[in-house]
Amino acid sequence: MTSRSGRSEAQPPGAGHGALHHPETDFPHAAAAALADSQLRANLAHATATIRDKRAAVVGEHPSWSGLRAAGAGIKDDVLARLDTHLTELERRLQDAGATVHWAVDAADANRIVTDVVTATGAREVVKVKSMTTQEIELNEALAEAGIAAWETDLAELIVQLGDDAPSHILVPAIHRNRAEVREIFLDRMAAVGVAAPADLTDAPAELAAAARAHLREKFLTARVAVSGANFAVAETGTLSVVESEGNGRMCLTLPETLVTVVGIEKVVPTWRDLEVFLQTLPRSSTGERMNPYTSFWNGVHPGDGPQDVHVVLLDNGRTDVLADQVGRQALRCIRCSACLNVCPVYERTGGHTYGSVYPGPIGAVLTPQLRGTDSPLDKSLPFASSLCGACEEVCPVAIEIPDLLVHLRTRVADQAPRFDPQKAVFRALKTVMATGDRLAAAERGTGLARRILSRSGRVAGIPMLPSWTTTRDVPDLPEQSFRAWWEQRERVGDAGAAIDGDDSAVEDDS
Amino acid sequence: MSGRDVVLGRVRAALADLDPDRPADTAPREYASQVFDDEVAHFCTMVADYRATVHRAGSAGDTVEDGGGQPTIAAAIADIMGAEEARSVVVAHDLPEEFLAGLPVQGDHAITVRRDGPDAVLTNRELDEVDAVVTTARVGIAATGTVVLDHTAGQGRRALSLVPDLHVCIVFATQVVADVPDAVAVLDPHRPQTWISGPSATSDIELDRVEGVHGPRRLHVVVA
Amino acid sequence: MRVAIFPTCLGDAMFPRAPIATVRVLERLGVEVDFPSAQTCCGQMHFNTGYADDGLDLAATLVDALAGFDHVVGPSGSCVGSIRHQSADIARRRGRTSLGDAIDDLAARTFELSEFLVDVLDVTDVGASFPHSVTYHPTCHSMRMLGVGDRPVQLLRAVRGLHLRELQAADECCGFGGTFALKNAAVSSAMGADKARHVRNTGAEVLVAGDASCLLHIGGVLSRQESGVRVMHLAEVLAATDARPDVAPGADPRGAVPPMAPVPPRAAS
Repeated sequence: MTSRSGRSEAQPPGAGHGALHHPETDFPHAAAAALADSQLRANLAHATATIRDKRAAVVGEHPSWSGLRAAGAGIKDDVLARLDTHLTELERRLQDAGATVHWAVDAADANRIVTDVVTATGAREVVKVKSMTTQEIELNEALAEAGIAAWETDLAELIVQLGDDAPSHILVPAIHRNRAEVREIFLDRMAAVGVAAPADLTDAPAELAAAARAHLREKFLTARVAVSGANFAVAETGTLSVVESEGNGRMCLTLPETLVTVVGIEKVVPTWRDLEVFLQTLPRSSTGERMNPYTSFWNGVHPGDGPQDVHVVLLDNGRTDVLADQVGRQALRCIRCSACLNVCPVYERTGGHTYGSVYPGPIGAVLTPQLRGTDSPLDKSLPFASSLCGACEEVCPVAIEIPDLLVHLRTRVADQAPRFDPQKAVFRALKTVMATGDRLAAAERGTGLARRILSRSGRVAGIPMLPSWTTTRDVPDLPEQSFRAWWEQRERVGDAGAAIDGDDSAVEDDS
Repeated sequence: MSGRDVVLGRVRAALADLDPDRPADTAPREYASQVFDDEVAHFCTMVADYRATVHRAGSAGDTVEDGGGQPTIAAAIADIMGAEEARSVVVAHDLPEEFLAGLPVQGDHAITVRRDGPDAVLTNRELDEVDAVVTTARVGIAATGTVVLDHTAGQGRRALSLVPDLHVCIVFATQVVADVPDAVAVLDPHRPQTWISGPSATSDIELDRVEGVHGPRRLHVVVA
Repeated sequence: MRVAIFPTCLGDAMFPRAPIATVRVLERLGVEVDFPSAQTCCGQMHFNTGYADDGLDLAATLVDALAGFDHVVGPSGSCVGSIRHQSADIARRRGRTSLGDAIDDLAARTFELSEFLVDVLDVTDVGASFPHSVTYHPTCHSMRMLGVGDRPVQLLRAVRGLHLRELQAADECCGFGGTFALKNAAVSSAMGADKARHVRNTGAEVLVAGDASCLLHIGGVLSRQESGVRVMHLAEVLAATDARPDVAPGADPRGAVPPMAPVPPRAAS
C-alpha cells in the first residue's frame, strides 16, 4: 500500500519525453536502427493499418469532406494573415473572462512562467493533459528541476512516462509498445509512484486501462494544479478547447483549483463558428471517429465551476520564424491530427523516435526544421526523410502541401551547403550534361562504356552513392541504344533499320 | 521589451509581405450540414454506435400506458439504476424532482440522492463515492451521436457529470439537431461545455478501443 | 495537331523501351509524333534534391524545346507531374516569373500517356494484344499529383489476352523517391521489399506501371530476389500486338516478354 506522504515525495521515473533529440544522428542512421527492430515494425504496421482504415471509413461517409477541408485551410490562412489582431483580441477576451494571460517568446520563457505560477500556489505536483506544446518546450523537465512533479494522465503518456521512454506518435504516443510491454511497465513501475497495478494484471487492454484509472484517480482527486495545452483558442470569445477521449482532460480541466494552459500562437481561430469545421475534421482525421468521446470548452473563470485561478501562456518558440517563410507558413495550419503519420510509408517503417522531435512523421519533417532551423545533421536530414509520395497531403484535413514544403526545405538546406559540396558538384555536372540535347546525346553514346564497367564491377565509378542502391537492388543493364539514338536512326534509315532487341551491330554502327 | 511586445513584433514582421487590405474572411464555406429523414432516430442509432445505451421514454407526465408503450423518464431512470445496481446518485440542485420520482427510497434497493448546488457543494472525494449522476443536456447531435452539456439548469457543474462512474443523461427529442454546425449555432461559447460521444474510451494500446478510462465508464442516454 | 514525345531524361537514357513504345502506340492510332531533340530533362531530380536554380535551367530548356506543339505526351506520371504541379511554383519562388508563366503554358499542353489516350484521343482500346498475367502498380505521382485515376486500368482491361491481377496495398509507394532511394536507402529498400512481396503474391508474370523510375526500383528488387517477374512500362504493353509482340527495340532483354516461361507465385518471405 502506498501512503499519501510517499506519493507526494515521488517523482516520475521519466519526465515524459526521454532523451528525444539527438541532433548529431541524422535520419537515415536513426532509421536504420529502427528498421532493425522487428517488434517495433510489427507494432507500427498493425496500428497504422488499423487507424488508416477507420479514418477512410468515416471520411468516406461524409458528404462534404472536400468542402470542410478547403474551409479548414482557408480559416487557418485567414488566422495567420492577421495573427497579431487575433492574438490581441484573444488576450482581451480571456482577460474579460477572468484569465491571466502571459506571453512566452521561447521555451525557457514559457517554462519559467509556468513554474512561477505553480510555485505561487505552493503545490509540489501538477497533473497534465497530453499536450504537444508542453512536450515541445520540455516543461516536465523544467518543473522537475524546480522540484515539481508533473504527472502525465493520458494513458499513452503514462505508459511513456512510467517506461522512461519517449512519445513516438502525436495521437498515440505509445504506439511503439504492444500490450505485453505495457503490462510489464505497469507492474514494474506503478507501485513506486502511487497506486500499484493489481498483481494479477493481464495484458488485456481493458484491464490495463482499469489499472491506469485506479492509479490516476487519486492524483486527480488531490491535485491542486493542472497544466494543459489547447486544441483551439477562439479569438472572438476567448473560448479554449481540449479534444480528448479518456476523460483525463476533463479531470484536469475541472477538478484542480489552478489551471495553466500553454497555447501555441497558431492555435487561434477567429470565431466560435469556425469550430464547426474543425470539430468535424479533427476527430475523423485523428482517431477515425465521427466524434471523439470528450471535448471540453471553457472561457476563463466560470464562478462555482472548475478552476478559479486560470492562466493562459501564449507561446511563440519559433512559430514566428515559420510564419515569416511565405511558403513554409502553411505548416502552421496543422491541427495535430496525425493522419499524415498514419499513411506515411516512411513513418510506418521507422516510427516516431527516428524524427528526433515531438513532431514526427511528415508534418514533423516540415515543422521541426522550421521551428529549430536546419543546422544540426538531424534537422538538415529531416526534409529528405520522404519519398514525396504525397499520401500525407491527400489526407491532411487542412490541405498542407507537405511534399511541396519538403522540397522547399530541401532547397533551404542545399542553399546553406558549403560551396564545394560533393553532392552539389554531382548535380551541377549532371545539369551541365543535360544543358542541351546534343550534350546529352554525347553522354548517352558514352553509356556503352559505363555499361561494360557496370557489368564487370557492379558499380559505376564517379557516382559515390550508388553502393547504397546495389545492396538490395540490382542495377538494370543500360540499354544498347538511347531513345534519342533510336529516333535519329529511324529518321535516317526508317523504322525497319532501327536496332531491334539484341541486335548489337546496329548499335555499334551508330556509336 | 515585454514578451508580449516581442511576440507581436515578430508576428507583424513575419507578415510584412501580405497586403494589409487583404479581406479578413476568405475561407470558402462549401460544405453543408448532413440531413436525416428522422433526426431523433439517427441520433439514437449513432449514440448506440458509440456503445452508450439508449432508452426511449415518454415525457415526465406520461404514464407507461399512454406514452405509446414507452416508460416515463422517471421509470427509465429507475430501471437503469436498478440494472446498474446503483445505491447513490448525485444530481444538480435544479434538476426537476419528477425525474427521480421512480427511485426506491427505502428497502434493500433504496437509492440515496445527493443534491449539489451553490449552497451544498460536494467535495471531489464525495463525488467519487457516489455511484451515478443524472443530468439533462443542452443539445443532441444526430450525425455524431453527441450530447452536449452547457452546465446550465439540470446539468450541474462540470465535475458532477465526470467523477461518478455511471452517467444517465436525459435528452429531449426537441433538443436534437442534425449536425455539428447546427449545434455550434445554438450553443453559447461563453458557457463551459462538455461534448460527450459515448463513454470514456481509449485506443492507446495497439489502437484497440477500450471503453472506460477516467470519465464515466457507462453512459445511458434517455431520449424523451 | 502537332504532338511531341517527351521521353524524359530517364526514359531517353536508361529506359528507352517506354518512349519508343509510346511512339509506336501513338503512330498506330494515327497520331503524327515529333521528337524535338533539344529537350533533355524536366528538372525534377534537381528540384527534389534542393537544387532549385539548376532545375529551373533545365525546365527552361524543356520549355523552349517544346514550344509550338499542341500536345506534349510523356510516359511518366512523375515528370509530367513536375511540369504540371511543381516547376512553375518553384520558378516564381526563385523570382523567375516569366519562366513560371512559360511553364504554365507548357503544363496546359502536357499529358501523361494514359491521360492523352483516354482524354484527348478518347480511346481505351488501342488495339493491343498481350496474352500474359499482369499486375498494375499505380505510381504515386500519376495517382496523387496528376490524378490519372483508373485510366491506365481502363487501357489495360481493353488489351486482348491480358489477365489483370489485383495488387495488394497498390496505392503505397514503392520507395523510389529519386535521391530518397540513395539517401535513405534502408527505408527505401524496406518499402521496395514490401512492394515486391505484394507483386510476387499476385502470381503475375509482369508488373506494369506508368513510370520507368519506379519500375527500375521495383524491378531492381525483383531481379535481386530472382523472382522471375518482369517489369514493363504501360506503353510497352499497349504497344504489343500479335504481329509485333517484341514490343520495342533497344530494350533490356529482360523486358522482352515472349518467349517467357510462366512464373509460379512465391510465398512471402
